[in-house]
Amino acid sequence: MSTPTTITPVGERRLVGHVGLGQTLANTLTMAHRGLLKIKRTPEQLIDVTVQPVLFTLMFTYLFGGAIAGDPLKYLPFFLPGILVQTVLTTSVVTGVQLREDMDKGVFDRFKSMPIARIAPLSGALLADTVRYGIATVLTFLVGYIMGFRPGGGLGGVVVAGVFVIVVSWALSWLFAFFGVIARTAASVQGISLVILFPLTFLSNAYVPTKTMPGWLQAFVNVNPISHLVTAARDLTTHGTAGIDLLWAIVGAAIVVAVFAPLTVRAYMRRA
Amino acid sequence: MTTDPDWAVRAHGLVKTFGTNRAVDGVDLDVAAGSIYGVLGPNGAGKTTTISMLATLLKPDAGEALVFGHDTQREAQVVRQLIGVTAQFASVDESMSAKENLMLFCRLLGLSPAAARRRTADLLEEFALADVAKRTLRKFSGGMRRRLDLAASLIAQPPLIFLDEPTTGLDPRTRAQMWQTIRRLVHTGSTVLLTTQYLDEADQLADRIAVIDTGRVVAEGTADELKASVGTSSLQLRVADPGDLDVARRSLGTVLGTAAAVSGETTRLTVPLTDLDKVVDLLILLREEGVRLAEVSVQKPTLDEVFLALTGHGAQPEAGGPADDLSREREGVHA
Repeated sequence: MSTPTTITPVGERRLVGHVGLGQTLANTLTMAHRGLLKIKRTPEQLIDVTVQPVLFTLMFTYLFGGAIAGDPLKYLPFFLPGILVQTVLTTSVVTGVQLREDMDKGVFDRFKSMPIARIAPLSGALLADTVRYGIATVLTFLVGYIMGFRPGGGLGGVVVAGVFVIVVSWALSWLFAFFGVIARTAASVQGISLVILFPLTFLSNAYVPTKTMPGWLQAFVNVNPISHLVTAARDLTTHGTAGIDLLWAIVGAAIVVAVFAPLTVRAYMRRA
Repeated sequence: MTTDPDWAVRAHGLVKTFGTNRAVDGVDLDVAAGSIYGVLGPNGAGKTTTISMLATLLKPDAGEALVFGHDTQREAQVVRQLIGVTAQFASVDESMSAKENLMLFCRLLGLSPAAARRRTADLLEEFALADVAKRTLRKFSGGMRRRLDLAASLIAQPPLIFLDEPTTGLDPRTRAQMWQTIRRLVHTGSTVLLTTQYLDEADQLADRIAVIDTGRVVAEGTADELKASVGTSSLQLRVADPGDLDVARRSLGTVLGTAAAVSGETTRLTVPLTDLDKVVDLLILLREEGVRLAEVSVQKPTLDEVFLALTGHGAQPEAGGPADDLSREREGVHA
C-alpha cells in the first residue's frame, strides 16, 4: 500500500447534472465489452446458439421437406429464412433470462451508484448479445449451404438478410429484457417469453405456405409481424430484393424499441 | 445547485417503509466534511437502508438528504459524482478478474484506455492485489474481495465514501488492515460514513457516532460524549492483603469523599471517580499507610453499556451472527 490515494476536493470538481448522448453511447459500449468478456469466460453459454441452428435446420428440413415441398432440397429456399427467424428470436429470449440472473448480482448495485447512463447496463447487455444472434445466423446459413441451399439472392442477399434478422431480434430482445427486469426469477422470464414467442413463430408463414391453412388462420398469419419478418428475409435471400414487408418489419421493430426500452429502464430504476 | 464544502451529508427526516415495516423512521444525520462518521446499530436497525438512500440507490418516502449541498433525488447524477459506495456484499463482478473489474469501472467513469490501465495498476498495487490481478474473483478470500470493492469505490477519488459494514465477516488481522486503510482515506481528504454493528469499531474509528435502533437515531455525539451521557468513570482497587481492606476504605473516603463499595471477592473496592487527579493523592496516602495494592484501574463506561442503556438491548450480533443480519437487512432493501 505505497501510493496514497488523493481525493479531489469538492470545490475543484466539474459536476455535470445530466448524461449526454455521447456518454450514453460510450457507457453502452463499455457494458457491451463486459458482456463479451462474460461470453468468453463461460463459453458453455453458447450451447444454445450453436446446437439449436444445426439441430433445427437438419431436423425440420428432412422431417417436413418431403411432405410440404415434395423434396427436402426444394423445401430449403422456403424454409431456411423461416428457421433463421425462429432460431434467432428464440435466442433473444435467453437475453432476458440472463439479464434477470445478472441483475441479482451485487455489481448492479455499483452500476446504480455510479454517474453513468441509467440505460447502459441494459443496452450494453443487449448489444453484446447480438454476437450470439450472429453466431446462430451464420451457423444456420452454413448448415443450409452444406445441405444444398443455393439462394437466388446470392451472398449479398444472404448477408443483408442475416444483418436484418439480427437487428430485428435485438429490437425484440427489449421486450424480453422488460420481462427480465420485472420478473422475480429467471425461470419465469423463460416461461412468459416462450408462451408469447411459440405461437407467434409457429402461427406464421415460417414453416408452411399460408395458402394451405384454413381462412381464419390465414387472417391471423397475414397480420402476424413474424410473417412479415420471414417474408422480408425470404425476399432478400431468394431474389435479393427488399419489399414492403421489410419496411413493416423495421417499423415494427422500431416501435418495440421505442416502447419497451424506456419502460424497461424505468422498471429497472424502480427496482433499484 | 450550489456546493456546500463543509457538510458531506445533511439528512433530515428520512423515512423508508417496506410494506408495514418502517425500516427507517425519521433519521437526521449531519456529517462534517473530512471526518469519519459511524452509524452504529444492531441487526436490522435500518443502517443499510439509510446508506442506500444517501447513495441514491433508494428513494426516501419522506425527508430529504443533501450530499455536499446537492439533493440526492433532484440532483442524483451530481451526487453520484461525489460518492463511492462499498456495500455489504462486494459490488464487483464475480465472473471477471480483479483487473477486468477495475478496468470496467474506470472506463465507465470516462477514463481513456491508457488512463484506465494506469489507474487500475495503481489501485491494484495500493490495495495489495497486484499478484492476484488476473485471478477470477470466485477464488478470492473475503478480505481480498472487500479490498477490491473499496479500490473500485476510489477510482473517481470521491470526497464522500460510504462503507456498509466494512469489516463484517473479516478475521481480526484483516479487520485491522481495513481500519488502517479507512484512516488513511480520511488523511487524504475524504469523508467516510461507515455503518457497523461492532462497538469497538465505532469507538476506534469514528469522530462522531449516531446510534440507530429500529429506524431512529437514539443518540448522537463523539464516543466520549456518548460514554459520558451514561455515567462517570469508576476507580477499581484490589488490595494484596485482605487485612488492609478497612484502612484502604478509610483512605478512599478521606481523599475522594465518597464511600467505596466492596465487591464479592472482599478485596476489591469500586468507587465513582469525577476528578482523575485525585487518584495520585490516593495512591500517595495508601503508600504512607503501608497498604500494598494488587491492582488499580480507572474504567470509563464502555460503548456496550451506552448501547444497553440507550436501546434496552445489546448491540453484538445474537446467535444468528453477522450472516443472518446481512440477509435480513438485504431482504429489507429489496422487498
